[in-house]
Amino acid sequence: MSFSAFFYDKRLRSVLFQALLVLSIAFGFFWLIENTVSNLSEQGKSVGFSFLSQTAGFQISSTLGTWLMQYEVGRSTYLDVYFIGIINTFVVAVLGILAAAFLGFSIGIMRLSNNLVIRGFATLYVEMLRNIPLLLQLFFWYFAVLRSLPSRREQTELFSSVAGINITGLYLPAPIAQSGFMIVILVFIMAIIGAVMLSKWATKRQYKTGRTFPAFWAGLGLILGTPLVAFLALGSPLDWSFPEFKDTGPLLRRGFQSGTGMVIVPELIAVWLALSLYTAAFIAEIVRAGILAVAKGQTEASYSLGLRPGITLRLIVIPQALRVIIPPLTSQFLNLTKNSSLAVAIAYPELVSIFAGTALNQVGKEIEMIAMMMTVYLTFSLLTAAFMNWFNARVKLVER
Amino acid sequence: MSNNLVIGIGALVVGGVVGYFAGAGNEKIVEVEKVVEVEKQQTATLDSVKSKGFVQCGVSQGLPGFSNSDDTGKWTGIDVDVCRAVAAAVFGDSSKVKFTPLSAKQRFTALASGEIDVLSRNTTWTMTRDTQLGLNFAGVNYYDGQGMMVPKSLGAKSAMELDGANICTNTGTTTELNITDFFRSNGMKFNLVAFEKADEVVAAYDAGRCDVYTTDRSGLAAQRTKLTNPDDHMVLPEIISKEPLGPVVRQGDDQWFNIVRWSLRAMINAEEMGITSANAKSKVNDNNPAIKRLLGSEGNFGAELGLSNDWALNILSQVGNYGESYETHVGPNTPLKLDRGVNELWSKGGILYAAPIR
Ligand SMILES: N[C@@H](CCC(=O)N[C@@H](CS)C(=O)NCC(=O)O)C(=O)O
Repeated sequence: MSFSAFFYDKRLRSVLFQALLVLSIAFGFFWLIENTVSNLSEQGKSVGFSFLSQTAGFQISSTLGTWLMQYEVGRSTYLDVYFIGIINTFVVAVLGILAAAFLGFSIGIMRLSNNLVIRGFATLYVEMLRNIPLLLQLFFWYFAVLRSLPSRREQTELFSSVAGINITGLYLPAPIAQSGFMIVILVFIMAIIGAVMLSKWATKRQYKTGRTFPAFWAGLGLILGTPLVAFLALGSPLDWSFPEFKDTGPLLRRGFQSGTGMVIVPELIAVWLALSLYTAAFIAEIVRAGILAVAKGQTEASYSLGLRPGITLRLIVIPQALRVIIPPLTSQFLNLTKNSSLAVAIAYPELVSIFAGTALNQVGKEIEMIAMMMTVYLTFSLLTAAFMNWFNARVKLVER
Repeated sequence: MSNNLVIGIGALVVGGVVGYFAGAGNEKIVEVEKVVEVEKQQTATLDSVKSKGFVQCGVSQGLPGFSNSDDTGKWTGIDVDVCRAVAAAVFGDSSKVKFTPLSAKQRFTALASGEIDVLSRNTTWTMTRDTQLGLNFAGVNYYDGQGMMVPKSLGAKSAMELDGANICTNTGTTTELNITDFFRSNGMKFNLVAFEKADEVVAAYDAGRCDVYTTDRSGLAAQRTKLTNPDDHMVLPEIISKEPLGPVVRQGDDQWFNIVRWSLRAMINAEEMGITSANAKSKVNDNNPAIKRLLGSEGNFGAELGLSNDWALNILSQVGNYGESYETHVGPNTPLKLDRGVNELWSKGGILYAAPIR
């Protein structure tokens, strides 16, 4: 190939330029890292991740994270603290996404209601919650929750004293797995797989023969029933630790006894409330726009074919609306996850609070720790986005 | 020659030049940066402070007596006085200082990144902070210890009765570690609720989320004034840690370190010598050579710091000596009602002992 031919080749040329670009970006990064390291060492700071194996000397408020990691001061390491942060962030994110989606869809549909009161309420909700800064709402809910609960030495009993709530949290019975419980979990997983296969089979059969099969109810029965049978057959391999409440004896000893039952701290409740209520307002608008985006002719056409309103909504309107709803919905889910970092303000021990806060102040490895924290948010976001893309691909109309 | 060929050759030349600098030239650029960086670290703070015309001082977000701003935005407190003293020493004008309110969690990063020149925010001097964070403590302006506050209605007389308690405090503090140590070593359990900002700690404790509020005892005295009914609460007798609080600077700039350190010492020495804001100017020609050295009428002490010779005179006439600062902000006649205690001069039974100016 001659020299000039090389330059006339569009493909080769673009490959060359892209290679150059990648190269200069790589050098840019190298330069940045090299410079940071040398500047840090001039400040008398070393770079590295060895701090992760040091033991952490501070207590962390009991949450799912501390329970799963069996956190113990003086034995657990900063790596454990990192994982506790991740778990606790994950908990609010997942709980928040579920509640926000449910509430957002309901409010969004309410905004389209013909009933003036319902529509008015939904509009008020959206306008109020969207326009007040999240941090303020967080404080509002936190102190509203705190102020409305009974004091530490009292409780409101729930479910005939199996559970209880007061200002220190919601106390529930804690499950303690006995040997054999793993089998129940395995059966449960197998039942889910079975249900998925069942629904595939039912769809196929309906295509072929036209006969319908109640795959949803059968699947549900499978998922709930088989593990239950296994559970009973194995002699109920699960113990419960019930929360113990004392309202007599010395004042200091009264209240829920530590180490009994399982506690959901008021900080989690407040963060969850604030995040889901706030995000729901945005989701409601997305849902409303999505439904309005489906041309009226679609509904009319469906009615004229004799389909009932319920089926029309389920089979004609929603699938087309979802196409519009899902991309912006994904970004609301991502926002919620990232906003959960505000929880540090009200003492919920999530990643920013305990790892990039408390732990960072003890070991002072800003760059490393912030990078680790960013990795977590990035991974969460990418996973959510990947899942939503998969879901989007499934619901989007096949263009013909 | 076709247009495409011209573009192609042009791009190759540009690419080559970029590649050269990115690759071969890289070493050189890094070298130069390093030299610049070293120089910056060693002399920069005083120069940059002088050229911008004020000292940027990191303080708390509102701790009465230490650093607190009123409704007109005026900052007061003993930590604030250290900042003003440094400004007086550098500029001869104690008002040439700007304040950055910082939470406990933000403070060291703010200092390390150069956002502030001095951190004067009830910060405990510990070995980890001194050796691992790239910082230097310039002295101690308040010797403190960690304490615990409880509602009187709890009926607790001692911290040893607090097994199973819920305890509120701030993240990013020594407090979190001390309280954990205390409960662990006494075989007691507790639950820690750690907030980013002090105001939320106060509010949550006030709402009854916790039985105990723990922090430096001076901090308890200050925060107590913010409670709905301060008289319904009491501080338990135990002091569970040593908390020497003092101003902090970045490591690697000895000149600036010395300026901050000696500004504080000048205030303590002045109290010992009986120099106050009222009599400082008239004492310049005192017979006592130690006073003369401090006030700049003998020797060359200011110049050794890179400042003018009346540096300490300016501190004392504009800010006052340590005792004055203490009495106005945290002493028995303030809402904090803190006795001098160990923060009394060594000659009066305390442990304040500043190296001499000579
Ligand atoms: N001296 C301790 C604690 C310092 C601290 O942050 N104390 C809190 C509670 S008294 C505080 O100053 N809060 C005031 C604020 O955040 O504005 C340390 O250096 O870690």
